[in-house]
Amino acid sequence: MKYFPLIWRNLLRRKVRTIFTLASVFIAFVLYSFLMVVQNAFSMGVEVAGVDRLVLMHKVSLIQLLPISYVDRIRRTEGVTHVGHSTWFGGTYQDKATQFAVMAVDPAYFQLYPEARIPQDQVQAWLADRQGVIVGRTTATRYGWTIGDKVPIQATIWQPKQGNTWFFNIDGIYDADRGFDTSNFFFHYEYLDENRRGAYGLVGWYVLRIDDPSRAADVAARLDAQFANSSAETKTSTEKAFLQGFVNQVGNIKAIIISILAAVLFTLFLLVLANTMAQSVRERTSELAVLKTLGFSNGLVLGLVLVESILMALLGGGLGLAITYFAVEGGSFNNALLPVFIMRSRDIAIGIALCCALGVVAGAFPAMTAMRLRITDALRRT
Amino acid sequence: MIRRWLSQTLAVSALSVRTIPQRASSSAVAMIGIAGVVIVFVAVLSIGEGFRAAMTDASAPDRAIVMRTGADSEMTSGLPGPEVQVVQQAPGLLRVNNRPIASAELYVLVDLNKRSTGTPANVPLRGIGAEALEVRNEAHIIDGRMFQFGTNEAIVGRAANRQFAGVDLGSEFMSGNLRLRVVGIFESNGSVGETEIWCDSHLIQGVYERGNSYQSVLAKLDSPAAFDTFKNWLTSNPQLNVQVQRESDYYAQQSQVMSSLIRGIGYTIAVLMGVGAVFGAILTMYTAVSTRTREIATLRALGFNTVSVLISVLAESLALAAIGGVLGGLTAYLAFNGYQTSTMNFQTFSQVAFAFRVTRTLMIQGLSYALLMGLVGGLMPAIKAARLPIATALRQL
Repeated sequence: MKYFPLIWRNLLRRKVRTIFTLASVFIAFVLYSFLMVVQNAFSMGVEVAGVDRLVLMHKVSLIQLLPISYVDRIRRTEGVTHVGHSTWFGGTYQDKATQFAVMAVDPAYFQLYPEARIPQDQVQAWLADRQGVIVGRTTATRYGWTIGDKVPIQATIWQPKQGNTWFFNIDGIYDADRGFDTSNFFFHYEYLDENRRGAYGLVGWYVLRIDDPSRAADVAARLDAQFANSSAETKTSTEKAFLQGFVNQVGNIKAIIISILAAVLFTLFLLVLANTMAQSVRERTSELAVLKTLGFSNGLVLGLVLVESILMALLGGGLGLAITYFAVEGGSFNNALLPVFIMRSRDIAIGIALCCALGVVAGAFPAMTAMRLRITDALRRT
Repeated sequence: MIRRWLSQTLAVSALSVRTIPQRASSSAVAMIGIAGVVIVFVAVLSIGEGFRAAMTDASAPDRAIVMRTGADSEMTSGLPGPEVQVVQQAPGLLRVNNRPIASAELYVLVDLNKRSTGTPANVPLRGIGAEALEVRNEAHIIDGRMFQFGTNEAIVGRAANRQFAGVDLGSEFMSGNLRLRVVGIFESNGSVGETEIWCDSHLIQGVYERGNSYQSVLAKLDSPAAFDTFKNWLTSNPQLNVQVQRESDYYAQQSQVMSSLIRGIGYTIAVLMGVGAVFGAILTMYTAVSTRTREIATLRALGFNTVSVLISVLAESLALAAIGGVLGGLTAYLAFNGYQTSTMNFQTFSQVAFAFRVTRTLMIQGLSYALLMGLVGGLMPAIKAARLPIATALRQL
């Protein structure tokens, strides 16, 4: 640590150069964080999916409906502790396709999702109100809804018996930890089923909780076997696999993100930092020779240059990570389509590791030059 | 006077640009940095451009799509058979030998595996009417033959055939209780239709328990101008509960969410990277100015004016940016143009196959952006060079 002042002085030697190098490294890591956030958003909550939840849907596709009579047969299946169902509503709000998921669910649905925190009195109010809705905090804030508000939503799939508009009352607002989608809009399935013009007694998909996650595959196979050869065959998968299915459909986002990241880190980080370090060592040739004359070992000189490089990488990169982290925490990226915007601690750890690694790579060549410097040559040159 | 000033400026600028190779390593930082930004910018936006083109390019101005009021896509629409018959009587609809050129269709999803990853994907299956190929006159069979109505035969779009497994010519695939045999491959100008599988609409009505109902009617009009007549007649008809859109408007709306998402992400990345690359360019130009301190001071001492020195530094920076921009644009073109992929359109949850499109407009945008970066990056160092105090600068070395 006693060499720290020396390294620090070297950084301040050419302030303009240091500042712009740091700025470039900083931007590189703002971009790194942004790309990680985008990737997490596209992974649609796969990481936080409940391990003990299964999703049972129609075998052909998610748009095919299932009879509501399945609920009892599912409940009686060994290993299943809770079951609920959900039906996609879609809808149009304020002349635009709803920017939040509207779903008709049964009263048991929220027991399956303890992640959604709702005050007990609001749950009671919702249960007592046929037109009641529980909506996520993000959406409530976005449209300025408070409890007691009436919300009209135009039908897209499910037309009501009269007219084209469904009316709902906001009875509750749910919160959740970061990473869990708080943009959804849940209303009573009964209200939907009584008022739509057909498809009575059909639901979108079932969500069920099992007592032992390690037996998920068994339970899923047993359920699908039960409904085999019926008019509505089923496909049961873990919630994680279900969500992963969606992610896979979007395409290989990860490959795109990694390619962009590689371009960013190479051009804005590695190249700039390596060039700065090379210039800095070139300028200091005679100074380094003097240090060696004073008895600094080759290894120490190598270390000094490397630490300088890593220090710059960590200063710029760390600041980039920190600022984006706080921006994300503040929710400034929230977007309707990809509601989950988070930066995981793993992303930050990888970021810091990348800073160090790239700092070493950028400083390696100049540090070697400095180490190999022969005192006599170096002093003669000036 | 002006001529002398111009010749001075040109001479000094030429000098700076010609000496770039002497500062190769630091010049490379700015150049590669800017090239990197242009590559990423052009590549990301070419995804959006390709998606948009696949969704909208094949739509014709003389086609209209009829769906139930309120439906935001074919997927969520539903039209009872009797209503379809009324639609087919609408004025403005093209008739050949008194036969309306309109196709009543169903649109459902089947599960197929992506060839690239082996993971399941929602592939659209469209049940079409006998007039479908007359309505879509750009679609034609490129391999095999058209399916026969009344059988379980199907034809597969070229892109669907390329992206998904199990739908090769001659093969059979199952979706629920529906067994389809592929007898032909069709193309349709690289449009979204090529991601679809087409079969007889009555087949889907049976297997998917749709009774005598459809989801949309695609109609060919007498002329693009007949749209209003057609639309007004349908929407004011009390027997019907429908909305009418031009096909191009419908697909533009279907691609809107995804396109704006890609553009939003693309521009954010490009702007941030651009700022970073400007910092790199500033560093490079400062280095260039400081290694040439003596040279610049000498020029000034010889009587060259400050503005020509300033412009010469900018010229160097712009030259680096231009090389970077062209390099980046070409790399993006060679690496990504025509790259085939598919994604899920969030608005219908169905797959859309498309190719990345590096258009000329995108490359020009990339180059303009590069020059902007060069200009901004060169400005501060240029001012510094122009203000160099001659006496101290000459003494320094």
